[in-house]
Amino acid sequence: MTDKKTMSRKTMSKEEFDVRGRRSFLTGLGAAAIGMAGLTRINTGPVDNNIPAPLRTVHEANASIWQGLFRETALEPTFDPSLAEDLIFNGRHGILDSAGEEIPFDPDNYTVEIAGPDGAVLATHTIDEIKALPFVEMTVVHKCIEGWSQIVTWGGTPFSNLAALYNDAAQAPIVGLETPDNGYYVSLDRASMLHPQTMLTWELNGEPLTARHGAPLRLSTPVKYGIKQIKRIGRIQFADERTPDYWEERGYDWYAGL
Amino acid sequence: MTNTLTRHEEGAANTEVVAVEKHPRAIRWMHWFNFPILSIMIWSGLRIAWASDFRQPRFDEDRFLPEEVWQLLDLDRSLARGLAFHLSFGWFFVINGVLYTLYLALSGEWRTIVPKLQSVKDVPATLLHEIGLRAEAPAKGQYNVMQQLAYSTVWLMGTVIVVTGFAIFKPTQLAWLIELFGGYESARNIHFWTTIAFVGFFFVHIAQVARAGFGTLWAMVTGYELKEIPAEASDD
Repeated sequence: MTDKKTMSRKTMSKEEFDVRGRRSFLTGLGAAAIGMAGLTRINTGPVDNNIPAPLRTVHEANASIWQGLFRETALEPTFDPSLAEDLIFNGRHGILDSAGEEIPFDPDNYTVEIAGPDGAVLATHTIDEIKALPFVEMTVVHKCIEGWSQIVTWGGTPFSNLAALYNDAAQAPIVGLETPDNGYYVSLDRASMLHPQTMLTWELNGEPLTARHGAPLRLSTPVKYGIKQIKRIGRIQFADERTPDYWEERGYDWYAGL
Repeated sequence: MTNTLTRHEEGAANTEVVAVEKHPRAIRWMHWFNFPILSIMIWSGLRIAWASDFRQPRFDEDRFLPEEVWQLLDLDRSLARGLAFHLSFGWFFVINGVLYTLYLALSGEWRTIVPKLQSVKDVPATLLHEIGLRAEAPAKGQYNVMQQLAYSTVWLMGTVIVVTGFAIFKPTQLAWLIELFGGYESARNIHFWTTIAFVGFFFVHIAQVARAGFGTLWAMVTGYELKEIPAEASDD
């Protein structure tokens, strides 16, 4: 190991130091110029769904890594329901119109359409049929992509219970979900949909969902940010390719996984 | 210091001015690389943290930064862009940090910044000397004990910010890590406080470099610093 006392360190003459110093500085300047050029290219070059294409590429690369590392056994900790908070209302698309009024729906005649990878309708369920599936409650930390989080209790059924009814179609790698008017739409990867804590829910903090929080049926899962937890599900499609995703189109990472 | 060197440039009696090695090339590259990378990480981090109106720290009605700065930094409604930059450029910061750690360990350079246990008693004397209340400085190697504590802490801060970053990036897959930090909100807060510590370090750092003189700054560019040494000891 080098003895760091001055006497035994390398030295050079002042003249050589001046020459080498200039060279070091210019090398650094060159590196900085290359860096600047790279940043400029990122900021002014091709755009992919509202963010610079190279950054979208890294989003996708990160997603590949974490999809590879994804474990169904990794569970969000659950809490006592007494710790549940009043959930902030966020996410109005497909729920409120442009004037801020609730888009009406008929709770008595509401149906959820299930479609296969080729688009063919496999079934149309009433909410009561879905509510007949085994009921589970889950008190977890709900996380918004904006950064805030709240403890809430979701009540519903694990999505895997519905998927089990459509075993063949549910082998498809993607699940697309949309509101009845297609005002909001998301797609998720199969592994996340089948995670034990991913649920179709109809209750929040022990009460039936209000329209603002996603009545009559929504997706709830602690393995995705809130943006993927679509409210007012009207259609579920098992798909071979990614189906349109509202916030991906607006610059966000498609995977959005936790 | 510079004046003394000029006067003695020709070499008075038995000293001469030579350039002495101070910072290895690897250290210099990794150090300067951190400047733009950390700037991008903090800027994109602000775009994430302050994207929502209600997350922005305020003094009554006024926002934390002046309006002009807010516009200049394009902080409003920039969540998607903030995330895109933060989660891709984060790779550069992590890789640079890992390389720095490996280099410190394998080259033995860690000894310059990790204070010896017995040096800790020099902290009060060093501090008093730094703020001008004590004439003599305790004996030191390349760095005095305060500098060592500062630079070691920076390494620690870098580690904490990366680990909390991964925790809040994948809080369910890394639920055990989140638990270590006391929950999701807690991990986020540690991440933010460490960022503030980095910014604080930055201002102290450039102030100290400015006080130490241009030669100190130039040494981090060239790797060498001009010093007066006894003539016989020179390699030339």
